[in-house]
Amino acid sequence: MKFAFTDEQRMLRDTSQAFLAAESSSAAVRTASTSEQTYDPELWQKICEDMYWQGILVPESCDGLGLGWVELAIVLEAAGERLLTAPLFAVAQSTVALKLCPQTDIRDALLSAIVGGDVISLAMSDQRSGWSSCGVTANDRSNTTLLSGTARFVPFGAAASKFLVVAADASGSQSVWVIDAAQEGVVTEHTPTMDQTRAMATVSLENVAVSVDQLLADDAASLVDKTLALSRILVVADQVGVAQASLDISVDYTKERSQFDRTIASFQAIKHKAADMMLKAESARSLLYYAACIADAWFAGEADDAALEEAACMASACASEAAFFNAGSGIQMHGGVGITEEYDIQLYFKRARATESFLGRPAEMREALACQLLDGGAS
Amino acid sequence: MKLSFTAADEQFREEVADWLNDNLQGEFAKVRYRGGPGDEHHFVDERKAWERKLAEGRWTCIGWPEEWGGRAASIEQQVIFHEEYARAGGPGRMGHIGDTLTGPTLLAFGSEAQKAKYLPPIRNGEAFWSQGYSEPGAGSDLAAIRTRAVFDEATGQWQITGQKVWTSLAHESDYVFVLARIDRESKRHHGLGFFLVALDQPGVTIRPITQLTGTAEFNEVYFDDAVCSADDIVGAPGDGWKVAMGLLGFERGVSTLGQQMLFQTELDEIVRIAKGNGASRDPDIRQRIAEAHIGLRTMRYNSMRMLSGGEDGSLSREAMIYKLYWSSWHRNLGKLAMDVLGPEAELVEEGPYELNKLQSLFLFTRADTIYGGTNQIQRNLIAERALGMPKEPRGSAK
Ligand SMILES: Cc1cc2nc3c(=O)[nH]c(=O)nc-3n(C[C@H](O)[C@H](O)[C@H](O)COP(=O)(O)OP(=O)(O)OC[C@H]3O[C@@H](n4cnc5c(N)ncnc54)[C@H](O)[C@@H]3O)c2cc1C
Repeated sequence: MKFAFTDEQRMLRDTSQAFLAAESSSAAVRTASTSEQTYDPELWQKICEDMYWQGILVPESCDGLGLGWVELAIVLEAAGERLLTAPLFAVAQSTVALKLCPQTDIRDALLSAIVGGDVISLAMSDQRSGWSSCGVTANDRSNTTLLSGTARFVPFGAAASKFLVVAADASGSQSVWVIDAAQEGVVTEHTPTMDQTRAMATVSLENVAVSVDQLLADDAASLVDKTLALSRILVVADQVGVAQASLDISVDYTKERSQFDRTIASFQAIKHKAADMMLKAESARSLLYYAACIADAWFAGEADDAALEEAACMASACASEAAFFNAGSGIQMHGGVGITEEYDIQLYFKRARATESFLGRPAEMREALACQLLDGGAS
Repeated sequence: MKLSFTAADEQFREEVADWLNDNLQGEFAKVRYRGGPGDEHHFVDERKAWERKLAEGRWTCIGWPEEWGGRAASIEQQVIFHEEYARAGGPGRMGHIGDTLTGPTLLAFGSEAQKAKYLPPIRNGEAFWSQGYSEPGAGSDLAAIRTRAVFDEATGQWQITGQKVWTSLAHESDYVFVLARIDRESKRHHGLGFFLVALDQPGVTIRPITQLTGTAEFNEVYFDDAVCSADDIVGAPGDGWKVAMGLLGFERGVSTLGQQMLFQTELDEIVRIAKGNGASRDPDIRQRIAEAHIGLRTMRYNSMRMLSGGEDGSLSREAMIYKLYWSSWHRNLGKLAMDVLGPEAELVEEGPYELNKLQSLFLFTRADTIYGGTNQIQRNLIAERALGMPKEPRGSAK
C-alpha cells in the first residue's frame, strides 16, 4: 500500500505545472478563450509535440505512451489549475471511448491519429433527459446506414476534425460511429458558453451516410455508461486543479491586501474560510486519485463495474462541490476586485460552474450512490 | 500509487483476524463492540482483563521496538491490526493512552530508568494512563496552564499542586502525565515540566464529571502536594512544552483506519434502520446517506495518503485536515441517525436515562469537535501552518 506518487509521477506533475505556468498564463488563457478558434492551436501543437499528453492513455502499439490514469489525472489537474484552454479533455474522452471499443484497425488508426495531434470529439448526448440520452438515430438503408439527429455539449466540437458519434436504432440499441466533420450532412455549430475556457459545440447530422468501416462498436449501451463514468473522472481532475488554484490565488491575495491596518489574511473569518477550502481541495484530491487507481484496476480486470461507478460518482460529487465552493469563497475573499473581469478568480468560478453540471450534478451522483446503498444496486 | 497490500501484509491480516476471533470468546464475548467514546463506563474490569489477554498474544504496543516487547510493526501492519481489531468488534482499548501516547513519548524523550520502570507494565496490560493537560483556565490555550511543580530538596521529590479538568478515564487509571509549571515567573510555554504521576496517593483527588449522556467518562483531578520522584520528570526541567508537543505528534494516525471501521459499523446500522422504516425513500435522507458514504470513503483515502507520505515525520497537508474532517463528519452522522429514526429517536432504552447506542452517538459526537483541539483551533492551525496565514493576535484581557 503506497497511496502516494512515485518519483516519475512527481516529476510529471512538476514538469506539467512548470510548462503550463509558462504557456497557459492568465493573458494566454484570455487570448485563446476569446479567439475565433476558441483555443490556441500553437499551444496545442506544443502540447502534442513536446509534452505528449494526448498520448498518455494510448497504448504503445498505437504510438502512445501507454501510461495510466494517475498520470492522466496529474496532467488534467495541472490543466485545471491553469485554466488550460485546449482540447485536452476532448481527446482524452475520445481516447477512453476508443479504448472501450473492440480492437480493430480503424480504431487503432484513430488512436494513432489522436497521438498525431488530431482533435477528435465525442458526440454522445443531446442532454434531453440526462447525459446518457442519445439524440442521434441510425437507420439502415440497403447498403448504408443513415445517421440523423443532434449531439449537444460536444467538447471543442468546432475544433474537431472527426467525431465519435453515439447513435440508437429503432429498437433503442446503441452503436458508435466515426464520422468526418467535413462529411456531407454534418453541421457543427460553436455554442458560446459562460465559461469561455472550455468551448462546446452542437453537432447536427442529417442523413449522414456511414458504411460498416465507420462502425466502431455495436450494442454500445454499456460502453456509453462506462465512458460516462470514466469521463467524470477526467472532469474531476480538472475540478481538483480549479479548487486548488482558487484557494492559492485567494490566499495570496489576502496576504497582500490590508484593511484596518492589518492584512485581511489575519482575520479569523478569512483564515477559517481558507482552511475549509483546503479541506475540500485535499479531500477531492484523495477521491480523484482513488478513482484513478480504480480506473486502472477496472481496465486491468481487477475492479468491477460497481466499484468504478461508485468511485466516479463519489469523486464527481466531492470535486464539483470543492471547485464551486472554493471559487465562490475565493470571490468573497477578493472583495470588489473579485467581481472584475481583470482578476482571474472569476475565470475559475465560471469553470467550476461549467464542470459542476457537465456529465452530472452532485445531487445526481449522490442519488446514484443512494441506489447502490439503499436499493440493492439497481440504479 | 498503489492501494493494495502485499501478500505478507495480507498474511499478517489473517493472523490478526484469527487470533481476535479465537480470543473474543467465552468471558470476552460480552466486551465485543463495547467501550470507546460514549460507552467507556461499561465493562471496565473485563476490558482491563482483555488488555492482559492481548498482551499474552503480543498484541499490545505492536508499534514499539521489540526490545520493549513490541513487534516493531510497519505502518501497514499497524493499519491492518486496527482494521481487523475494529472488524472483530474488539472493545475500546483501556490501554490506548499508554500504548500510543505515554509509550512513544518515553521511547523518544525518556531516560533508560523511566523506560524500564514504565514501559513493561503498559506493554503487559497492567498499568493504565490518562492525560493531564487541560485546566479550567487552559483549554484551547494550553500554554496558559497554572498547575505548579516544585522540587523539594529535603525529600528529593517533586510536589505538584493545581487542578486538571476533562481528564478522560482518570478514575479508571493508575497514572497521569501532567504538564506543570516549574518556574513561577515563567510565561506561556517556557518553564514547564512533563511529569509522570501515580494517581493512587493522598495528594490526588479525582472527581468524575457527569456528561450530557448521564455517564461520567472524564474527571476533575486535584493535585494538593501530590508527589513524584526526581526521576519522574521527562526531559529536562523547562522542556515540558517540547515533550508535550512531541507527544501530540506521535499520533501519526495509524489508529484512524480502525476508527473508520467503527464509523462504518455505525453508518451500516443507520442504513439498516433507514431501509427498515422507510426513511430510505425520503429524498433528503437519500442524499445525506450518500454524502455520509462519500465522506467516510474520503476519510479513508485522506488517511491512506497521510500514512503513505511524510516519512520524515513532518505533518503533511492531508494530516492537518484529518481531525477537522472526521469530527465534522461524525457529528453530522449523529444527527443523521436521529433524523432517520424520526420521533422514535426520543425513546430511551430504559428509564430513567439509559440511552441506546445511536442516542449516545448523537449526544457524544458533539464532543468530537471539541476535544483534541476544537474545530476552530484546527482551522487556525491549517491556515497558519499549511497556508502560511498570520498567527492569531494575542489579547491583553485579564
Ligand atoms: C470528551 C472530552 C474528553 C477530553 N479528554 C481530555 C483529556 O483526557 N485530557 C485533557 O487534558 N483534556 C481533555 N479534554 C479537554 C479538551 O482538550 C478541551 O476541552 C479542548 O481543548 C477545548 O478547551 P475548552 O474546553 O477549555 O474550551 P475553550 O478553549 O474555552 O473553547 C470554547 C470555544 O471557544 C473557541 N475558541 C477558543 N480559542 C479560540 C481561538 N483562538 N480562535 C477561535 N475560537 C476559539 C473554541 O473553538 C470553542 O468553540 C477533553 C474534552 C472532552 C470534551
